[in-house]
Amino acid sequence: MTRTNDLILRTTTALIAFILLGFSVYLFFAGHNKPGGGFIGGLMASAALVLMNMAYGLNVIRKVIPVNFLYMIFTGLIIAVGTGVGAFLFNAPFLTQNFGYFQLPILGRTELATALLFDLGVYLTVIGVTMTIILTVADDREED
Amino acid sequence: MLLAVLLPFIIAIFIPFLSRWKHHLHTGFFVTAVPVVIFIYFIRFIGPGFEPVGREYSWIPSLDMNILLYLDGLSLLFVLLISGIGSLVAFYSIYYLHKSEQLGHFYVYFLLFMGSMLGVVLSDNVFVLYTFWEFTSLSSFLLIGFWNYREGSRYGALKSMLITVFGGLSLLGGLVFMSVITGTASIQEIMSQQELILNHEYFPLILGLVLLGAFTKSAQFPFHIWLPDAMEAPTPVSAYLHSATMVKAGIFLVARFFPMLSVSEWFFITVSTVGIFTLCWGSYMAVRQTDLKAILAFSTISQLGMIMAMLGFGTELAVFAAAFHILNHATFKGSLFMVAGIVDHETGSRDIRRLGGLMTFLPITATLALVASFSMAGLPLPFLNGFYSKELFFQSVYELDLSVAGITALLQSIFPYLAVFGSIFTFVYSMYFFFGTFRGKGDIEELPKKPHEAPVGMLISPLILVAGVIVIGLIPDLINEPFVEHAASAIGGTEIAKDIYFWHGISPAFIMSITVVVFGTILFLVRPKWAGVYRVIPGLLSLNKFYDWLVDRTERYSTFITNSYMNGSLGRYVRLILAAILLVTFSAMSFTGGFTVDTSNLSTITVHEVLIAIVMVIAAFGTIIAKNRIAAILILGVVGYGLAMLFVVYRAPDLALTQLIVETVTVGLFLLVFYHLPKLQKTDEAPVTKTLNVIISVAFGLMMTMVAISAHSSKLFESMSSYFVDNSYKLGGGDNIVNVILVDFRGLDTLFEIAVLGIAAMAIFALIRLREKKKEE
Repeated sequence: MTRTNDLILRTTTALIAFILLGFSVYLFFAGHNKPGGGFIGGLMASAALVLMNMAYGLNVIRKVIPVNFLYMIFTGLIIAVGTGVGAFLFNAPFLTQNFGYFQLPILGRTELATALLFDLGVYLTVIGVTMTIILTVADDREED
Repeated sequence: MLLAVLLPFIIAIFIPFLSRWKHHLHTGFFVTAVPVVIFIYFIRFIGPGFEPVGREYSWIPSLDMNILLYLDGLSLLFVLLISGIGSLVAFYSIYYLHKSEQLGHFYVYFLLFMGSMLGVVLSDNVFVLYTFWEFTSLSSFLLIGFWNYREGSRYGALKSMLITVFGGLSLLGGLVFMSVITGTASIQEIMSQQELILNHEYFPLILGLVLLGAFTKSAQFPFHIWLPDAMEAPTPVSAYLHSATMVKAGIFLVARFFPMLSVSEWFFITVSTVGIFTLCWGSYMAVRQTDLKAILAFSTISQLGMIMAMLGFGTELAVFAAAFHILNHATFKGSLFMVAGIVDHETGSRDIRRLGGLMTFLPITATLALVASFSMAGLPLPFLNGFYSKELFFQSVYELDLSVAGITALLQSIFPYLAVFGSIFTFVYSMYFFFGTFRGKGDIEELPKKPHEAPVGMLISPLILVAGVIVIGLIPDLINEPFVEHAASAIGGTEIAKDIYFWHGISPAFIMSITVVVFGTILFLVRPKWAGVYRVIPGLLSLNKFYDWLVDRTERYSTFITNSYMNGSLGRYVRLILAAILLVTFSAMSFTGGFTVDTSNLSTITVHEVLIAIVMVIAAFGTIIAKNRIAAILILGVVGYGLAMLFVVYRAPDLALTQLIVETVTVGLFLLVFYHLPKLQKTDEAPVTKTLNVIISVAFGLMMTMVAISAHSSKLFESMSSYFVDNSYKLGGGDNIVNVILVDFRGLDTLFEIAVLGIAAMAIFALIRLREKKKEE
């Protein structure tokens, strides 16, 4: 498959992908108090990856992000289940979440919640799922 | 006593090990010992001073299902028949079945049958009785189909299974009724509360169900059709099951419940009519058969009809005669089957048209057959037991009480004639059986084997049975008082004692017997002249044809019904599912007054809501009528984005964001796989189907709208969302209520939703990758 020279697309993608990824991280962290969360954040990150896929092609993506997205799904699920199981250590029922305020070096007084870890699991799973589907389908297409 | 019932089952477990040495010692020798032991155990009970014995063993006490064994005169008669004839048949089978047969299978089935038959006649608990009853059906099925490589065996086995299990299930119904009405499962206790059952409104149903079970098992008209087909079984099986024991299980059942059921007039009408009719039909049809075993099968049917009729008459004399004839029939019919087996074994043919003139070749067999078949015919000779019971039968049918009114009186006045009619044909086929096989001029040269006398071992069993015929015939008192009287008393529920003696003087019964002999001889001699009558009755009518038609139709209609709606079309299944949901929801809502419309708490509609809604409706319709797939996908995207807009309007930012991105990703995915999809095809469905589709979808849409309106209008309880609003920050530490609910309050839902996503991704991965691998191979 020969590619046309998408100079403008690639240049803008280089910029926009960072913005998108940054926005996705913002959505992820803001989720607890503002609109956002693991699910939307994950989707946004995969949207960025899809854009990169369109601009640079599959091989570049694989080289830049040498991650097997299937493992990402498992990691996400394990983290999510792990936060649930972790509650047992504190003699609490499954999936009991807790939060507290801590004085951190740079951020100052910050709220840290175990729910954030759970959301991280969601985040990773969603990226893994979306990317697995898209890459598998796209891969299949290219080989045809 | 429990050990006696269980002994055959226990030995059956070891048969497979024993049959390994079958080439050194025939397995039948081990098996023969079992019924002999049981026979010896039970024969000790015989005697003038016999008293019923009861035993109780715990099985499922919480359900009132305990193994109650009860040995009275009736059970004793049957137990001795089962074990006695069982011993003889087992011994006979040693010489009948070659060592190359699957002896292990045969004897396991045989012992299973014997044990369950003993269980049937000894159990006092209705559920235990039923369990053993079905066991007899099952083992009989296995035995009939013993030579399962034969088409006929399989057909006969299936037929007997279907018919007897049909009857067995209806029997279960009757037994359950009885046990529920009386509150006990013990037969003796049920009988002691007979008033309760007799006055119950379900009594006719109970009577019908129990009799149905008895009639199917005992091959009464019109359920007799399985018995001739069961002749495909090895001959020892036919001799044992289909003459002496299993077919008498129905008789046993009727006799067991006799004291209770016979009070009803309907018992008399049903049982005696069916019995007499079976007697006539069976004996009439037997003359027509050409196969030795088929003659005997129809003869069994007619003799069973005779016993059943006697039970139906219900007089003391008739009951006594029935008990006596059960014993007599077992002796001569068992020996006749064995004779037929010998003839088959020694000549290779059972076709009476090919046989004949075997008397000089098989003299001993011929003598045995002579005595047994003359006894069956009821020839008035003082050494044939068949005559005695037939004489008692005539006497009881003659002495029926004619003073009653209505249909009973009518039946009673015609029964003597029917009894004589049936007996004439009994005489004819008995003569036909004997003379057709052993006299006349046969094509000895044409037979598959050169006939010669059977080995001694094969002759012993029929010899003993025929000796029984003669001994009972000569000295009936030998078994009368110690044995038959107890059985008759147990059936009748009162003390019944009759004398059996040969010469009654010139009584009406004797005249009837002479009539039978005279007319029977004439009919037998001119048989070829009138045999054409069978072309008129039954002619083309046949119950077998009806059975085949019924089975065939049932199969064909069920196939038709299944095919009529399971046609593999997904469209049709969806229609059916939606129609079912429509029907259920609509009726549920109309019965519960669900169609409520409450407009009191509606919010005002703004202009942009209306605009978004209009756009979405137009897009939705556009999707339906789009001719092009890519257009349809894009227009569907409009609906998705419209929904996201609505979320914005309704102040659900998380939902709006998610909806936007998900919609984008799905459209993207659609476009990715679009490459693979076939062109959108015009479905060429019939206009009727299309109209139906439109009707169902419109109706479904309307119904869901109504459900939504109704759900909104009938809020029964306060929503719990205020709890989340109040506690989201306090307990979850977050201001975003939606997110706190998702990850904290209801994290489990989210956990499994992402699991669903993961599974979907893996499924897609597997689908695409595995398909490729296959391609490479």
